[in-house]
Amino acid sequence: MWEYTDKLKDHFFNPRNVGEIENPDGIGEVGSLACGDALKLTFKLDENGRIKDAKFKTFGCASAIATSSVLTELIKGLTLDEAIKLTNKDIADYLGGLPEQKMHCSVMGREALEAAIENFQGGGKKKHEIEGNVICTCFGVTDKEIERVIRENNLTTVEEVTNYCKAGGGCGGCQGEIEKMIEKLKPDEIKQAPAAAVRRVGKLTNIQKIQLIQQTINEQIRPALRAHGGNVELIDVEGNKVVVAFRGMCAQCTLAELTMKDVVEAKLKEFVSEELFVEEDKESAQQPHSHRE
Amino acid sequence: MKTIYFDNNATTQVAEEVLEEIQPLFCELYGNPSSMHTFGGQMGRKIGQAREQVAGLLGCEPSEIVFTSGGTESDNTAIKGTLAALPHKLKIITSRIEHPAVLTVCRELENQGYTVVELPVDKEGQLDIEQLAEELDDDTALVTIMYANNETGVIFPIDKISSLTAEKGVVFHTDAVQAVGKIPLNLSKSNIDLLSLSGHKLHGPKGVGVLYVRKGTRLSPYMLGGHQEAGRRAGTENVPGIVGIGKACELAAKNFEQENSKVRKLRDKLEGAILEKCPDARLNGYKENRLPNTTNISFEYIEGEAILLMLDKYGICASSGSACTSGSLEPSHVLRAMGVPFTAAHGSIRFSLSRYNTEEEVDYTIEKMPPIVNQLRKLSPFVAK
Repeated sequence: MWEYTDKLKDHFFNPRNVGEIENPDGIGEVGSLACGDALKLTFKLDENGRIKDAKFKTFGCASAIATSSVLTELIKGLTLDEAIKLTNKDIADYLGGLPEQKMHCSVMGREALEAAIENFQGGGKKKHEIEGNVICTCFGVTDKEIERVIRENNLTTVEEVTNYCKAGGGCGGCQGEIEKMIEKLKPDEIKQAPAAAVRRVGKLTNIQKIQLIQQTINEQIRPALRAHGGNVELIDVEGNKVVVAFRGMCAQCTLAELTMKDVVEAKLKEFVSEELFVEEDKESAQQPHSHRE
Repeated sequence: MKTIYFDNNATTQVAEEVLEEIQPLFCELYGNPSSMHTFGGQMGRKIGQAREQVAGLLGCEPSEIVFTSGGTESDNTAIKGTLAALPHKLKIITSRIEHPAVLTVCRELENQGYTVVELPVDKEGQLDIEQLAEELDDDTALVTIMYANNETGVIFPIDKISSLTAEKGVVFHTDAVQAVGKIPLNLSKSNIDLLSLSGHKLHGPKGVGVLYVRKGTRLSPYMLGGHQEAGRRAGTENVPGIVGIGKACELAAKNFEQENSKVRKLRDKLEGAILEKCPDARLNGYKENRLPNTTNISFEYIEGEAILLMLDKYGICASSGSACTSGSLEPSHVLRAMGVPFTAAHGSIRFSLSRYNTEEEVDYTIEKMPPIVNQLRKLSPFVAK
């Protein structure tokens, strides 16, 4: 059971400002049914450009509903310049904190606010457009968004990033990318951290190399693919060419190529040898799922 | 506030009769059954009696009962013990909707070089037996398939599956943690080789379980150490737990009819009323062949954890397959394997009853559920005004 604060429970059981404003000045919609939470925020301005009224509708867990409710309370009376400065931390702090795994609820609130303000500035027509490049395809999270949660909340691990914006929480294929982003944004802290020495081995016999490749697939690659019902199998090693085949969900996945480069090859380079490159054994992948998951 | 406990597939209340039986075993009769003195030695008789009680419920011989620390240990022992006894065979067949105590073990074994086949299920949560038949080959060491699913209550055709495996001479294990006491079992007439059960799911104490090992089944011990349980499971016996699970099995045999008539009637009433009174609600899992105590219902456009918290306010305990309740971002692997859409999986609620539930509790829940669903739907952006 989650440890929710009394304040959060209050906002869940008695949510403020539920509904939709008719003829609003701004509308922000984020999330989706498939993602497990979604928020629609509407607001109206007074003659001085301050938010006169704000309402929300939310699909999601108790903390998603409570953070939405708090969001509407916090932004009332603010000018848009003031409102845009609101961070997800402000929302979480107001509730006396959120469980780590629920931080993404506060981020969703801030995103909806931004979308609504953008919608107003675009004359009420412009839909919220995704900025930047999508990094996490499972939950549709962009690099801009990931960078922002890292910066605003001083995040240092991929797990934290997942808690705050869901990125990396699906198939796990983008976790390497997220790690790079953390590294780029927090170079000093990362350097201080006692980073595990890369297990780079000296000269390997062929058998040792194959064993190490298999071990890396088992320990480093498979768990990430597993999370999404997929799998990968080592077919052959010829010199520095590693031939693998995708199984299960991965075999039918259109993103398999990305996974190949971002996950499989990257991990093999990291743990075995920089010189390795990976190829997919299309023939065996085409066997109808082969059930050998 | 009174607690209304509809989460009996998670754990159950210990029966008063069980508690009575085990209470003296902590401060008065605390001896070690392996001791040579009468004080300890008399505990051996109590364990023997528990063995008979469990065997009575399962319809097997007492010597085929091995006591463990719970369902998870029984599953681990069955799987790893079988593979260790058959080192030349490298294939395991299981299903996609197993409990983690089986699925995680199999996936770890895959990393060690075993081939693991996870059979899919259809949208009602049922297995394709023909596919199992196709997969069975000479390399197959073990088939492990649960008796009944913990989330949906769907019962698998274990008789058919076990006669297939018996024909091929493949060891068959079933995790029957949810099924024992709820559906009739007679292991002497079945082809099941290994069966796991857990004490706390049938009104016994936590921390005790049973692995049924059919006479003649080759199994390497998982826990090594002393000679307890005829060398099949080392470690000083959890005497209160064992006596407790014995008594619980005896009670389960006695209450079997009630479980199937009274509990089923209450479940059907609860399920029928909720489906009728709450629009856009759907049942998950095959309606006909199900545990009598379980129902799993999805409420569209709203999220399970929010429903649970609202129920909790009224003292009603249930569970959900929603991602938000587990801390992961993905909803239940069982519902996903059945092809239940993400949207419905996020809004799924499981009620699991027991013989201790009353009609008043069911009526109270029937009364509270529609306003909860309505209230959350008013908040939902996916419901039109």
